[in-house]
Amino acid sequence: MARRVLPGFGLSLGYAIAYLGLIVLLPLAALALKAAGLGFSGLWAAVTTPRVFAALKLSFGAAVLSAFINAGVGLLIAWVLVRYRFPGKRLFDALVDLPFALPTAVAGIALTALYAPNGWLGRWLEPLGLKVAFTQTGVLVAMVFVGFPFVVRTLQPVLETLDRDLEEAAESLGATRVQTFLRVLFPLLLPALLTGFALALARAVGEYGSVIFIAGNKPFESEIMPLLIVQQLEQYKYGEAAAIGVVMLGISFAILLGIGLLQRWSRRWAER
Amino acid sequence: MTLELSHLHRRFADFRALDDVSLSIAPGEFVALLGPSGSGKTTLLRILAGLDFPDAGDVRRDGRDLLSVSARERGVGLVFQHYALFRHMTVFENIAFGLRVRPRAKRPSRAEIAERVEKLLKRVQLDGLGNRYPAQLSGGQRQRVALARALAIEPDLLLLDEPFGALDAQVRVTLRRWLRHLHEELGLTTVFVTHDQEEALELADRVVVMNQGRIEQVGTPDEVYQQPGTPFVFEFIGRVNKIPVKFAGGRVQAGDQRFDADPLDGIGDGSGVAYVRPEHLAFTTTSLDSGWKATLGHVFFAGSVAHVEIEVPALGLTLDAELGGDEAQRRGLAAGMSVTVQPRHLTVFAHDPKTGQLDPSRRRVVHPRYGQAALARMR
Repeated sequence: MARRVLPGFGLSLGYAIAYLGLIVLLPLAALALKAAGLGFSGLWAAVTTPRVFAALKLSFGAAVLSAFINAGVGLLIAWVLVRYRFPGKRLFDALVDLPFALPTAVAGIALTALYAPNGWLGRWLEPLGLKVAFTQTGVLVAMVFVGFPFVVRTLQPVLETLDRDLEEAAESLGATRVQTFLRVLFPLLLPALLTGFALALARAVGEYGSVIFIAGNKPFESEIMPLLIVQQLEQYKYGEAAAIGVVMLGISFAILLGIGLLQRWSRRWAER
Repeated sequence: MTLELSHLHRRFADFRALDDVSLSIAPGEFVALLGPSGSGKTTLLRILAGLDFPDAGDVRRDGRDLLSVSARERGVGLVFQHYALFRHMTVFENIAFGLRVRPRAKRPSRAEIAERVEKLLKRVQLDGLGNRYPAQLSGGQRQRVALARALAIEPDLLLLDEPFGALDAQVRVTLRRWLRHLHEELGLTTVFVTHDQEEALELADRVVVMNQGRIEQVGTPDEVYQQPGTPFVFEFIGRVNKIPVKFAGGRVQAGDQRFDADPLDGIGDGSGVAYVRPEHLAFTTTSLDSGWKATLGHVFFAGSVAHVEIEVPALGLTLDAELGGDEAQRRGLAAGMSVTVQPRHLTVFAHDPKTGQLDPSRRRVVHPRYGQAALARMR
């Protein structure tokens, strides 16, 4: 093996693998084991109910939608924070992290108070026929809120390393602003954007605290997967709860793997 | 294509980047903008590219206003110091970029684009590397891709911003000779910015020396080196000795020496500075009447030339002299030898009595008249 500047490769790699196994893989294995206790037919019966399907659709549908919204808005905000100077910029920058720091239940209660039919925003939206609290839209709003910092924070450092030269070069070669963005800037931002998207998506799928307050949790309508799991647990149906968990896990893994492959393709130019 | 720049002014907050700059550039000319950082040379280039705009003044291309044309429509080829290549595109795609973004009506066909890119790749000696990404190229190769990309849009003006600044010395020399040949082939009007005097002198047809937002001197490389017009140009280009002098009775007094020369009309009495290039200082170990008595300090042999330190007590200065390395060997020069020093010619500037600054308009070249016998003994 080639000599390295820092010693301890074997030790640190071993530690990293052991830690990853203990923190990530072991609980997941336990989850799968628990679910397997039901047997195949029991498992199948537990996860193929209409209620689970409805929750599945809502959880992943809303999470993907919220990740797209966060990708768009996050790109804009990261751009503003990196490219422009304005009074209060530091404060604005610090505010971005707030959804990270806030206990999710607090966020859920705040959002509910805001969007409830008699809330500050709700009372103006209600006459327009727009119901947010206690509907699927409410689920989406909560997911957008908790996933928002990821895209901003993954894009910021990449945007900072983008030279103005690139835009100027494109302009002097005759590109319009739209062409410069689509052909030059966007492809360079895409890998980081995908990372942010994946993180926001993962967070939204797993989000529980803030969503259940605003969702209203009507079966078949505004019930998310994590809530379904909690309900199973409350009825001491550990096997069923684990089974639903395994399904979520499988879908999440497939999506993240897909994003990972897409990301690798998007930065093929960086490989030697 | 003729470029006419007149009375350009540009300020950034308190900083004067351009201060009344006028310049005209002839078709096919290769012009260097030379100056230290902050001299305004890059600002001037950016104004020509349409990436910056003057607060006042006028730029005309073949008589037509250039400033009202956007950078996008100027059709100016621009090469950046750090290449600014699109790193997510292959070399081929980089070069094709300017053609592919054209509006449909003006866009060449796929096959035509491919053909033109291949031709350009050959021109910049990168044939076969079209499928590489910029990360897979060396610095010199990247710079040539940047050049090919700029040439692809068939510009009538090529602008280069410190084109060799990021390259190592050897590549730099090879690439700049190559660029000079390319310019001779294409005949494209070219303006490049550099802070490297050697680069400017070697490459350009005409050198524009800039300082603090103003043009100090415009001339051929030979002119700016041999006949610098201002103290700044003297000190910025090449190495030079700076000797304080007095003017009295139409003569120049430096230390204990009074140089008999043609009358210094219009300078009057006062003080000033004389500039002498190291290679214009002659010295001999024979003791002579005219010339400063001095002692040799360190002798540096640097290959083909030798640099000699000469300590002149009468001036309280150590002067730099330069001569051929072979000659220095032959004469057996060594530290501690006593010599007599005679400048072959000096360029003097008088101080402006009001400001105390050197006044470029009061500049004279002095050719001292030494006795013939003395001269003969000098090399």
